[in-house]
Amino acid sequence: MLDAEDRRLLRYWQAEPSLTVAELAGLAGTTPARAARRIARLREAGVVRGIGAVIDWAKLGYAVEVSLRVTLDKMQVTAFDDFLARAREVPEVVELQTFLGRVDVRLSIIARDMAHYQHIYRSRILSLPHIAEIEALMHVARIKNSEGLPL
Amino acid sequence: MMALDDTDRALLRALSRDAAQSAGALGRRLGLSQPATWRRIRRLEQAGVIRGRQLRLDAEKLGFGVTVFLGVKLALRGRVSLEDFERAVTAIPEVQTVEHVLGLYDYRLRVVARDLPDFERVLRRRIMTLPGAGEVEANVLLSEERLAGPL
Repeated sequence: MLDAEDRRLLRYWQAEPSLTVAELAGLAGTTPARAARRIARLREAGVVRGIGAVIDWAKLGYAVEVSLRVTLDKMQVTAFDDFLARAREVPEVVELQTFLGRVDVRLSIIARDMAHYQHIYRSRILSLPHIAEIEALMHVARIKNSEGLPL
Repeated sequence: MMALDDTDRALLRALSRDAAQSAGALGRRLGLSQPATWRRIRRLEQAGVIRGRQLRLDAEKLGFGVTVFLGVKLALRGRVSLEDFERAVTAIPEVQTVEHVLGLYDYRLRVVARDLPDFERVLRRRIMTLPGAGEVEANVLLSEERLAGPL
């Protein structure tokens, strides 16, 4: 189980993932050796999965981001698996989530512009299997994006 | 907009999976010298293509068993200030992301909670009481995949 010191370390680390162990230890009020041991333990337990770079697609010319909320025809037993397998093959799909609720699956799609989006939607998305209904939400702005946990 | 060559693309793919690896190790895999790798990473960071780094934590192992996506529609009665709504929603620790969207809803929120009763508490006490909050739709996250995108 995690104690207060683990949480403190994780709190500072998730706010600034490029901190060194020594810097983290200083902020959390512990020694670098203790912090290193704790971090190793958290990695081993799978609590910390790693550090990933976050790509800004707009800087690469992908100005459009659309969230497609899909309802599937669940009379087909393999509807989810078929749909997800084919959706993974579309390069412009950057996120795939499944839900319990009114929406079954959500795809995040990026495109260079509206014409490009229209093309992807018609040629790659509408041909995905077992779709009963699609709703689109067009991304306007990201107001908060911490994905941090309230530790 | 920054133009990428194949080496940049390979570098971005590798870094989005694991940004903690050293420039030396990355370079060896891509057939680049350590300084050349370092220069490329720096260029991607300066152009803003790499927006930052993210510590990937296992939410469930940290006691956050429930992630819910909320679609929020602002109530039209009276004058709703988007700034007031955004400021208040951003301050809620359990709200990880806030996106302004166009379509069926005005905002999309990602919310973490310990369990369903905890989520209900956040929803009733913090979300429903937001200035201007109207209709809310909740979908409970079952699974999630991040894909490499068009690299």
